[in-house]
Amino acid sequence: MRILDAAALLAAEPGEEVKGVNLLIPADYDILWSIVVAVIIGFAFYRLVLPKFTAVLDERTEKIEGGIAKAENAQAEAAAALAEYHSQLAEARAEAARIREDARAEGGAIVAELRSKASDDAARILENAQRQIEAERQQASVALRAEVGALATELASRIVGEALADSARQSRVIDRFLDELEATTVESGAASASRES
Amino acid sequence: MIAASGEGGGFHPPSIAEFFPAAFAFEGTPFEMNRIILVRLVATAVLVALFVVAARRAQLVPGRGQNVAEMALDFVRVNIAQETMGHNAKRFLPMLTTIFFAVLAMNLTGVVPLLNIASTSLIGMPLVLAAWVYVMYLAVGIKKFGLGGYLKNNLLPPGLPPVLYVLVTPIEALQVFVFRPATLALRLTANMIAGHLILVLCFGATHFFLFEAGGALKAAAALSLTAGVAFTLFEVLVAGLQAYIFTLLAAVYLNMAVEEEH
Repeated sequence: MRILDAAALLAAEPGEEVKGVNLLIPADYDILWSIVVAVIIGFAFYRLVLPKFTAVLDERTEKIEGGIAKAENAQAEAAAALAEYHSQLAEARAEAARIREDARAEGGAIVAELRSKASDDAARILENAQRQIEAERQQASVALRAEVGALATELASRIVGEALADSARQSRVIDRFLDELEATTVESGAASASRES
Repeated sequence: MIAASGEGGGFHPPSIAEFFPAAFAFEGTPFEMNRIILVRLVATAVLVALFVVAARRAQLVPGRGQNVAEMALDFVRVNIAQETMGHNAKRFLPMLTTIFFAVLAMNLTGVVPLLNIASTSLIGMPLVLAAWVYVMYLAVGIKKFGLGGYLKNNLLPPGLPPVLYVLVTPIEALQVFVFRPATLALRLTANMIAGHLILVLCFGATHFFLFEAGGALKAAAALSLTAGVAFTLFEVLVAGLQAYIFTLLAAVYLNMAVEEEH
């Protein structure tokens, strides 16, 4: 088509051959339209395209840097939390150990206290028992003494008649008799005493 | 190549008339529009629409489209601006981005079906962009070093025996004031013109072989068509490469103007 156009142009202006040098000499309309499109393209890039893309690129850079900073913060926070957790864990362990130790000590104290209390009780019970036994022994001894005295007196009075009716003398005789008897008993040793208790 | 005579028939070799299509609007005024100008406007509209939509939808977490747009913008920002200019990159980034995508979009129209011509193959567009670079590097250089300082920096490179300035200074002056902008514009335009002519040649020849040549010559259509496909792919490469070179050199020139030491 272009060939035909050119041929038509040439045909329309016979004799006017297009010279090669014309390729290098701009026509006025060529210059004008060149300036027009240059201004249009320039305006688009200067005012619309580049500012927008620059803004987007800057924003992206900012976002990425912000993201990196954020990640670093998060990491630092995580590390701090971990350290805190570890310290709390150690603290808790120490606390637990302390409580256990306390409990053990307290338990020991309680056991010791109970033991001493029990041994006190035992001692008291023993003492009471001994005291009671002693009292009973004395009671028995007194009762026995009276009874033995009466029996002996009666026996003796039956044997020796009325001679010993005087009670004072009677009593003295009996006491002397018993003292002698007791002395012989004490002498005879611990065997008889233990048999009494 | 033998051009057969006769109307509508035969093989038309591509000519530079390709680049002077008939005007269809405002003919004779500075607002004259022809097919190539229209292609240029279409490329501009598509480019601006793509990037403005991408920018509107730009989010913190990019989707597919945004990723592609960001990769493209990053290519200019990192691979061209930062690698060439270092700390000066940010200041000139909008300019370099505009130049890169403008040139790329208008180069690529050369391989887009129905558009089929690089709108940078008209010298106007490369010239306007080169002039922008030219004015800019002169302006930032003079603003930074003053007119005298800038001229001294560029025309009297330090460390040379004074007698050599007779030789070096004119060369440097031509470099700074003529060759840099001129080569920027010419390199791009010439590449695009050549690419277009090659594509037209390949596909025109295919058409001719297939429909008008007889017998065994029809088989040659396969060859020329293959070449056309290959050159189309090559033109995609060239489109990207020329956009890259144009922008890279712009960055280098701007950086040379503001750097302390050359």
